[in-house]
Formats: sequence, structure tokens, C-alpha cells
Amino acid sequence: MKSSYNCPSNRKRVIDLYFLEHRAKLLDIASFLDRIQRADPLEEKEDNFRLKALKNALHLLIDDEPNKTKRILESLSDQDSEVPQSALGTKGAMGAPKEIKK
Amino acid sequence: MKYIDPHVHMVSRTTDDYQRMAMAGCVAITEPAFWAGYDRSGEGFRDYFIQLTENEPKRAAQYGIQHFTWMSINPKEADDPVLAREVISMIPSFLEKPNVLGIGEIGLNKNTKNELQILEEHIALAVEYNQLILIHTPHLEDKLKGTLLIMDVLKQFSQIDRGRVLIDHVEEHTVEHVLNQGYWAGMTLYPDTKCTPERATDIIEMFGEERMWLNSAGDWGPSDPLAVPKTRLEMQKRGHTQKTIEKMSFENPCRFLSQSKKFHLNLES
Repeated sequence: MKSSYNCPSNRKRVIDLYFLEHRAKLLDIASFLDRIQRADPLEEKEDNFRLKALKNALHLLIDDEPNKTKRILESLSDQDSEVPQSALGTKGAMGAPKEIKK
Repeated sequence: MKYIDPHVHMVSRTTDDYQRMAMAGCVAITEPAFWAGYDRSGEGFRDYFIQLTENEPKRAAQYGIQHFTWMSINPKEADDPVLAREVISMIPSFLEKPNVLGIGEIGLNKNTKNELQILEEHIALAVEYNQLILIHTPHLEDKLKGTLLIMDVLKQFSQIDRGRVLIDHVEEHTVEHVLNQGYWAGMTLYPDTKCTPERATDIIEMFGEERMWLNSAGDWGPSDPLAVPKTRLEMQKRGHTQKTIEKMSFENPCRFLSQSKKFHLNLES
């Protein structure tokens, strides 16, 4: 990786350019979590695995370490080394692994 | 400024998209074989390959865009080895078509043994016919594991020049693996999954401009055929030079694709 200062814009300009857009995205996440709380859980007694993964990733968002995007993507990745013979008709992905391996 | 979208599924798009892309400066596209949203029969593939090699170049030409393509059965259908082998057997005759640049997009979808076997057979075909290779990496939670598995398979083919293989749909957690092993890396610009123009620009800043390209992978799902020019605008907004922007959106795809003797741009047309 190059120098840690490899963005051609300075820090103030980056904040000026992107702050409002990301303030809105933060509120989108908050309202999404509120919406889940307002929804009938039906038979789901515990947090859904995708919601758990999202909440786990939120911890990475506020720590002081670099490379947050990479670390969040890794936390949302399947870490299982098993390779099944077939997906048995499954085509899509869910966005988070069924079991979070830490 | 002219640009190339080196991965876009135009059979799923309207002619209005060709017009908008041309107006934004698109001079050429390459279209890898793709999943139609449902599993096809072998004969359905033959029709699709005819569409990619005969009909779509004419549609693109109406807007001054050159159309190139890649042959394969997409990883989403490669979990069925019987169908996959039927399709692979018809690929060699299409490799002779003037707009076919190589084998793609091949790779993995759900990281299964069936998909791995068909990936190996596709790579063997590319080696036999000395074709460029365009690799699809899986979606979301399957991407990291799948990317590593794909590179394990490629390693088995010691005769392959890694500079003739592009591994597409990289993100922050896979790009370094791909570049460190000597392959080209593609960044796909999607609204919800893969990279946004902002994140693709971040990756360029962190990992440089060598052996990387940008593409929209526009298809029948949520996607944007103007994602490449939007990323050029993002780079410009952030202070990147025109030279860097042109390298990412035109020169780099030219450099990789020119390794096929069939890739010639006619910029006067």
C-alpha cells in the first residue's frame, strides 16, 4: 500500500464534499434498525443472523483502526473452509454468513 | 473524453442505454456471457451466443460503439455439470467469430465442487485455444472464499500468463490478493453490491492504477450503464488528473484487451 495520505483532497475538503451524504446514510441505518424494532418479530426470538452480522460490523465502524471497509467486508464473509458438491439450486447470496466466525 | 466499458451485458439493456453511453463518450464495450435470470437449455445457449456474436455488434454499431464479447457458461449455471459440458462443447466454433476476445465470465457463484470442476474445464479450453480469461468472483459473503479458491485453481495451470487473466468484481478485501498474484483486477460499479464510484476511487488511491479497470456490469438487475463515466466524474471531483482518469477508463482496458489480436479500435467510425 502507498502512503496513508494518498487521497488527492485534503481532510477538510473530503469532509466538506461528503459529510451531508454520509449523515443521511447514518440516519438511514438508524431508521432501518428502528423499523426492525417496530416490526412484529413473529417466531424470530433472537436476532436474525444478518442483523447480528450488521451489528457486529457497526463495532468495526467506530473503532480507531484503519481499513474499516476491508475489515467489515471480511466480517461479512463466509469463513467456512468446507466446499459442498452442489448449491442444490441456490443462486443468490444473503450478504452475511450464516455463522459469524471471529 | 472517450471511455470503454469492458464488462456490460447489453443484451439486457435498451437501445436508449447505447445512446446515453455513446453521448457520455463510450467507444467500445465488451460483453461476457451471462446468466439470463433462469437456467437455459443447451440450445438456448447457442441462440444466445449467436446474439452476442452477430446481433449485438450491429445494435451497438448504430451508436458508434464497437462490441466485443466473451464465451462461457456463467458460474450461476455451472453447478449443473451436464448442461455446462454441453455448452462448453459448442464454444470452440464461436471462438472464431471476429468479436470474441476470450473465455468469460467464468469462475464461481456458490463455491461448489461442481462449479470448481467446470471452472477448470473452462480454463483448460482457454489454454488450448490461447484465449484471454475473464473471471467472475462470487457475490457478497461468498466473494472472499471464492476469490481464493479461483486463484488456487488458476495456480494449477502453470502455463498461464497471469497478465492475460482479469479477475473481476474485486472489493477492498480481495483486490490486494488479486494484484499481489500478478492478475489484472476489475472493479464493478453497482448501486447496492460490489463497488460504488466513491469506493472504486478509494481503491485506486490505495492500490494505484496498474492492472486495474472499471466496469458497470450493467445487466437486467439493479445496475447503471453510465457507472464508468460517473466514476470518472467522482475522480475529477476528488482532484485526480485527467491522465489518471483516462488511464483507468480507457488506456488500461485497451492494454489488457489488446492482448487479443481481435481487439482493434476504429475511433474514426
